[in-house]
Amino acid sequence: MRLNSIRMATAIGAALLAAVAATPAAFAQAKEQFFPVLVYRTGAYAPNGVPFANGYVDYLKLVNAQGGINGVKISFEECETGYATDKGVECYERLKGKNGGATLFQPLSTGITFALTEKAPGDKIPLITAGYGRSESADGTVFKWNFPLAGTYWVAADVLVQYLAKKEGGFDKLKGKKITLVYHDSPYGKEPIPLLQERAKMHGFEFNSIPVTHPGVEQKAAWLQIRQNRPDYVLLWGWGVMNSTAIKEAVATGFPRDKMYGVWWAAAEPDVKDVGDGAKGYNGLALQHGAEPNSRVVKEVLAQVHGKGQGTGPKEEVGQVLYMRGLMSAMLGVEGVRRAQERYGKGKWMSPEQVRWGLENLTLDQKKLDALGFAGVMRPISTSCADHMGAAWARVQTWDGSKWTFTSDWLQADDAILRPMVRSAAEKYATEKKLSKRTPEDCQT
Amino acid sequence: MGAFLETLIGGLMAGMLYSLIALGFVLIFKASGVFNFAQGAMVLFAALAMARFAQWVPQVIGVQDKLLANAIAFVGALALMIVLAWLIERLVLGRLVNQEGITLLMATLGITYFLDGFGQTLFGSDIYKLDVGMPKDPLFMFQNVFQGGILVSKEDLYAAVIAAALVAVLSLFFQKTATGRALRAVADDHQAAQSIGIPLSRIWVIVWSVAGFVALVAGIIWGSKLGVQFSLGLVALKALPVVILGGLTSVPGAIIGGLIIGVGEKLSEVYVGPMFGGGIEIWFAYVLALLFLLVRPQGLFGEKIIDRV
Amino acid sequence: MLYRENGQFKTSYRADQQIFPIVQDRIAIALLLVVAAVVIPWTAPEYLFRAILIPFLILSLAALGLNILVGYCGQISLGTGAFMAVGAYAAYNFTVRIQGMPLIVALLLGGVCATAIGVLFGIPSLRIKGLYLAVATLAAQFFTDWAFLRIKWFTNDSLSGSVNVGGLQVFGWPIDTPVQKYLFCLAFVVVFALLAKNLVRGHLGREWMAIRDMDVAAEVIGIRPVYAKLTAFAVSSFIVGVAGGLWGFVHLGSWEPAAFSIDRSFQLLFMVIIGGLGSIMGSFFGAAFIVVLPIILDNLPYWFDVPIDTALASHLTFMIFGALIVFFLIVEPHGIARLWSTGKEKLRLWPFPH
Repeated sequence: MRLNSIRMATAIGAALLAAVAATPAAFAQAKEQFFPVLVYRTGAYAPNGVPFANGYVDYLKLVNAQGGINGVKISFEECETGYATDKGVECYERLKGKNGGATLFQPLSTGITFALTEKAPGDKIPLITAGYGRSESADGTVFKWNFPLAGTYWVAADVLVQYLAKKEGGFDKLKGKKITLVYHDSPYGKEPIPLLQERAKMHGFEFNSIPVTHPGVEQKAAWLQIRQNRPDYVLLWGWGVMNSTAIKEAVATGFPRDKMYGVWWAAAEPDVKDVGDGAKGYNGLALQHGAEPNSRVVKEVLAQVHGKGQGTGPKEEVGQVLYMRGLMSAMLGVEGVRRAQERYGKGKWMSPEQVRWGLENLTLDQKKLDALGFAGVMRPISTSCADHMGAAWARVQTWDGSKWTFTSDWLQADDAILRPMVRSAAEKYATEKKLSKRTPEDCQT
Repeated sequence: MGAFLETLIGGLMAGMLYSLIALGFVLIFKASGVFNFAQGAMVLFAALAMARFAQWVPQVIGVQDKLLANAIAFVGALALMIVLAWLIERLVLGRLVNQEGITLLMATLGITYFLDGFGQTLFGSDIYKLDVGMPKDPLFMFQNVFQGGILVSKEDLYAAVIAAALVAVLSLFFQKTATGRALRAVADDHQAAQSIGIPLSRIWVIVWSVAGFVALVAGIIWGSKLGVQFSLGLVALKALPVVILGGLTSVPGAIIGGLIIGVGEKLSEVYVGPMFGGGIEIWFAYVLALLFLLVRPQGLFGEKIIDRV
Repeated sequence: MLYRENGQFKTSYRADQQIFPIVQDRIAIALLLVVAAVVIPWTAPEYLFRAILIPFLILSLAALGLNILVGYCGQISLGTGAFMAVGAYAAYNFTVRIQGMPLIVALLLGGVCATAIGVLFGIPSLRIKGLYLAVATLAAQFFTDWAFLRIKWFTNDSLSGSVNVGGLQVFGWPIDTPVQKYLFCLAFVVVFALLAKNLVRGHLGREWMAIRDMDVAAEVIGIRPVYAKLTAFAVSSFIVGVAGGLWGFVHLGSWEPAAFSIDRSFQLLFMVIIGGLGSIMGSFFGAAFIVVLPIILDNLPYWFDVPIDTALASHLTFMIFGALIVFFLIVEPHGIARLWSTGKEKLRLWPFPH
């Protein structure tokens, strides 16, 4: 290579490195609440990540269109994580100080949640993990900065067992039945196992678990095993393309879909759409909400965001299950800020620590939820120092070939079983990390 | 007994599906000495093209008949793969003649990244349905002999037959046609082939196009089974043990290797897996290939490696 | 003009055989170390440490280990992520199960465990060569992926399979802030780079290079291939294992097996090839290229205030990354290290053309 080219290449390289080093410092736009949006629009989990991201961003736009949080506007920036932990950490590091400081983070990945759980307390930024994350982080006395609002995986597993018991006619009828869990081989998929084992001991049903390696397209052996074991029910704990593959394999091995129950991350349109008629009868959990095209908040989004051409993503997606999940998660974050404003100053910019207090003292009763447009979509959520989850209700929904419809009443996870498990797991974490539980005085701050 | 047969048959057919992808590897390695890591990305790209074209043809051209729309989409996707083959040869391979194997391997990895991004940019990251009329429901055989019958997936059966047909066609192509002979000559010795007048770059375009065609067929079959999405590209990782077990330069090796790996994988997962908690398929396939290689380092049907000092 | 060796006469073998025989080189390296150890900790912003410098240091250590195996000994290995995982999980187990285990000892012991696994999976290299070996090493990768997900003992019976470490300290000094972490990694990298450089300059390194260039001829003249290949695997896995421990403990803090997946192995192999096979310095160049480039590509739209959909930005990053790798391989197949040494050669003659 000629010397000139080498010199030019070196100069360009040095300039780029200098530019990276001089990453723009956070400029103080204190009047806007900055919401970083960690998403994955690419990769193996994109089909499920995209509607969530669109719902999340659309809700933030809706709040801005309606005047912000008591006048304080929201600024946001998306960051692509591809469901990879190190990219999620890089997004976190880059965005946590931007635009006056990130208000909160919602990683939408159990793996990234684990990594950020280590970093967020040091940076004093709350993490909302609505419907995912560590089940033991519901214990706010150990996990000060984690908020698994609306439900964790132990809640999901418990509700499913309760529903199956109800279907069979009582917990005693579960004795001798076989329940198999087909799960994504990752911390996400493994989360429900302890609770299912506990319930199996209590009620006498046989519990098996079959792991499926990421990304989950190879399930033939798993379903051959299921065919040979003939379980009464199959619980599906998958994400991304693993869900539709599971249903397709169930079709290919002749396992009745109406005996399959997916967790709330395995019960959305992308999972069933391309299976077509084969998915009819497949059931899933609803994290309080299902597909809600008739809810008021959806109508508001269509009018005030999509109507003005500001919609993120296609209009047909608005109201779908994962879209609603994104809406709900954004709403919980915004309500945390609003609650913090009630204490620290309405109409003022809230720091992340103040928002943490807000999230810990959420009192979203049905009246407030209705006012926000979530009537019939959600049940009240109220958090406290010890309980960062706020609600433990879920429903079962079924795919009828063209849409999701609710096929069960509201079911609440059994706190008597959950609380000791959460407490002991949280204590184990605290001992490992040499943390001390929060004092009651600390709970007041 | 019935369960065992079921697993065996399932494994055989899964193996045929792997060998479809392995064929692409073998073809390119045979003719140009390049280990094409981008084969998985090519399968994904071809499947995406086919799925999206099949969606767009009724919308854009207005052809409503499913079969005709699929056929047009197939032709379109094939044309795209040929253009891709030509571009790869012009831009990448032609400039990397005579480089070491590992450099070429890295170049194909670079092509993988490029195709992943490019495919998703052109066609999107959603799961796309690919409907070529494959039956989805299972077939139960010998129901009077075994309780519940032996499950045979109809879709896999069709796929296995197509794969076998493809191998037969390719073998005929290599043995009987002039181009096939030229390809074999190039695989044998580049310089000698060039010296007798075989145009090297044209041959390489042909080889990559044929590999692209194989990738398209594999993509259609896998895509019809699983839905076309980014993770389809990762299926190539399951085909690698097939390639090395059968031998990098052997087409029948790809088939036999595929059958062995498929059966080994499924039997191990169903019978040995539960003892270890499951999930052992993927490393078992590699370990199986590794064990075979310890006995025959060039693969079952590969060319013997001759070291000259 | 500036880079001439004129007047630098060596009067002892020791002086003649030193790593940097030219005074200008020694000054440059000293300056670099001063900048790295003193200037940067005082001036760089926190983001630079967390997102660029620390990953760069740890991955360059891992690339160094891989370069010994692939570049100096010629055994292509695609299972590097597995050895990193072994190092990280082993170090974790030592820390958690033995009270009061010092951090450095835990990391080194993690490296020792990685060595054992590395030698085990290196045994096939005695029989299998070339691309067959590359694919066979993937067995190591997938096996460790599975083992750390399935065998609960490795993750201290954690319910989810994810582990975390905290409260790192060395001789009472905490390793908490980014600057402390950076200096900790820098110390490891400098020490290991020096050790590796001396190892490859010595007779073991020459044995490795002989095996790489012509293994049959090497065997004929008396170099034992078993010893050479297995020591290459051993040394390489040790360094990679320590790097894995650093990656888990210092950079991530909490990790799951997916952090050491096959993408990591490919990433390291890219670093080694782009940086330059068979060159210690090449590992650093390659690591810099692969760590910094995606971040630059990801952030380019924001610097120029062009609002691009994040999905498109991510796809473009992939495309440009792939295209740049191919471009680089076409332009300089021997890597950045070769460019660097060519540059230095020209610099010796500068300002004269020849």
